Amino acid sequence: MTKRIVMIVVSLWVFSLITIGLTGEAKSQTGKSIKIGVLSPMKFIDGFNLWRGAEMASDEINKAGGVRVAGVKKPIELIKIDTNEELSVTDAVMAAEKSITVDKVDFLIGMRRSEAALAMQEIVMKYKKVLIGVGALHPQQCTRVAEDYNKYKYYFLIAPNSANVGKVLLYHLEDVSKRVREELALEKAKLAILAEKIIWADPVVKAVETNAARIGFEVVGVWRPSSMGTDVTAELSAIKATGAHVIFQVASGPMGITLAKQWGELRIPATLVGGSSEAISRHYWEATGGYGAYTTAMTSFLRVKITDKTIPFWDAYVKRYNDFPTNTAGTYDAIYVLKEGIERAGTIDSDAVVSELEKTDYVGITGRIKFYARDHAFPHNVVFGPGFITWVVSQFSEGGKIGCIWPHGWEGVTYEGSEGYKIPPWVVEYWKKRK
Amino acid sequence: MQFIISGILVGTAYAVLAIGFCLIWGAARIVYLTYTAFYMLTAYFFYVLCTLIGLNIFLAALLSIIISTLIGIATYRLCIERIRGHETIVILVSIALAFFFEEGIRSIFGSLFRRVPPFISGYQELLGVRVLNQYILAFGVNLALIIGLWLFLSKSKIGLAIRATSQDREIVSLMGISEKKVSAVAVTLGIGLGTVSSVMVAPIYVVEPAMWVPPIAMVLAIVVLGGLGSLKGSLIAAYILGFSECAVVSYLPIGTFVKGAVALLVMIVILFLRPEGMFGVNFEEERL
Repeated sequence: MTKRIVMIVVSLWVFSLITIGLTGEAKSQTGKSIKIGVLSPMKFIDGFNLWRGAEMASDEINKAGGVRVAGVKKPIELIKIDTNEELSVTDAVMAAEKSITVDKVDFLIGMRRSEAALAMQEIVMKYKKVLIGVGALHPQQCTRVAEDYNKYKYYFLIAPNSANVGKVLLYHLEDVSKRVREELALEKAKLAILAEKIIWADPVVKAVETNAARIGFEVVGVWRPSSMGTDVTAELSAIKATGAHVIFQVASGPMGITLAKQWGELRIPATLVGGSSEAISRHYWEATGGYGAYTTAMTSFLRVKITDKTIPFWDAYVKRYNDFPTNTAGTYDAIYVLKEGIERAGTIDSDAVVSELEKTDYVGITGRIKFYARDHAFPHNVVFGPGFITWVVSQFSEGGKIGCIWPHGWEGVTYEGSEGYKIPPWVVEYWKKRK
Repeated sequence: MQFIISGILVGTAYAVLAIGFCLIWGAARIVYLTYTAFYMLTAYFFYVLCTLIGLNIFLAALLSIIISTLIGIATYRLCIERIRGHETIVILVSIALAFFFEEGIRSIFGSLFRRVPPFISGYQELLGVRVLNQYILAFGVNLALIIGLWLFLSKSKIGLAIRATSQDREIVSLMGISEKKVSAVAVTLGIGLGTVSSVMVAPIYVVEPAMWVPPIAMVLAIVVLGGLGSLKGSLIAAYILGFSECAVVSYLPIGTFVKGAVALLVMIVILFLRPEGMFGVNFEEERL
């Protein structure tokens, strides 16, 4: 009996040793996960797009075995960090700090609102964590890297800053100007600027005002309503009274939807173009009740062949989430860029990863991604221009189909599947009747 | 002309909201800051019933008004009535309740901007100014509400009781009128006005959880400018602030984002000249 008990105990011991050994080996093969925090206002459109882009990339990477760090494959563990930054900068700063001190993230990506992003950047840099910005575009995030490299070198911006985004809008506006002047037989078209009072819109408005005459516009007024404005009928009436042919909008809050809805329903005889960040999603189409037709918006990619990866990603996103991705789904590229940086560095040490991220040359869904060098005016910002990241401009057509209307010949760039800008028919009709 | 038409439309929309708030203050003597949260709740009920469930728009509007008003009354009875005598506590509790409703809605619907369809789509051109049909309807309904309320307060027994309570609560009690019941009726009427206003303007704006914040600031400015408790004062003040906002949009477009602040500045200037508000009276005097 005693012998049998000894045999059982020994067998259990051996079995447990084997089991522990096997699982231990399995663990050493996959390794501890790499924690990537996604800083995002999760309850907002751009917020959940930040998350979804990252989720798709990490799922793909984990399915393929994970990130190889010094010969060991480690899975990515995404941490959802709701910053509530659209409503509170303080909440955002606290969430960013908590992600580092409590959630113990290794890297951070995301952010959407520049006012909050600038504050979060300070906190994250204090902890020397690599942070890849995706949705907040204020140039100061990168000029800080130029001013104090050692402190801010952990920050990278994977989208063009608002100065370059302003250029995209200008090029788009130039196309619109040509089209409107041709169609309405005008020498100069009248332009009204309607831009939310938000920090990133300031350089854009300034750039448009400065260049308006050069691209064939006479500016008839600049309106700067609050981003939380819920009624712009007074603004639209005032704009109509000026005889504007084109309204250039910059919007990111509820004003963008109200504006499109009221503009479309009032049949304001001026085209509505520019950059409402809402004007890309299906939700925008539904929220405007279809009055968003003919409005344009700027984004990082659309369902056109920017690279071989763009259309497959777009289709996979639409299939998975039943929605169109907004520019902030560019977290997809951010995760891959980070993965490559970590793999080249062979470690998750921030300084080593920064050195490798600076050498990035990666073709993603938004284009070819390289970062400006340390001596550039915007170090660690993605290179903007033909052959790199250009961004695109979309236009909704009647029925809710979204198309790409820019670039359409700019610097020789026309993405396969893009088409030219269309003027709303009631605008053409109104001005032709008045001739 | 655009400035005048916009001013009238905006002013009338503000007037109904402000009069509802003023009515509550006058009879129940509370600064009920949860007031515009019911305006927000109505818009969400309207969205759920009309857009999501697909009920007939009139039925959806009616049900939204009834449900929100009932929630408003329940909130008043459960949370406010018992602390009515403590003005500062009422302010704190009512603002906390407003945030509670906002966060509750945000947790259910997220922060996406929602849409409810208009009762009448399209627009009319009035003297060269394009005005949404829904705005014209809202103007008509709001005007009818103001006139109806005026008649109710002047001709009906309960209306007279509300006015009497606003004048002197102690005397009213001595005369056998239940000041508590009259206050509850005034609160119901006030919230009802806010909810009707909501179904009228929600199709023009976007529906979102924080939509209660801008109106409460404007309503407070209007009732202070008009003179606390004076319905006539609120009516006139609503148009003054509405026109001030539209003047900024028309004549100072670059500063459109401060249109609310300019309206508040107008309030401050008038209060400097007349600290009790335009039609402000002492509690002993008639206020309605």
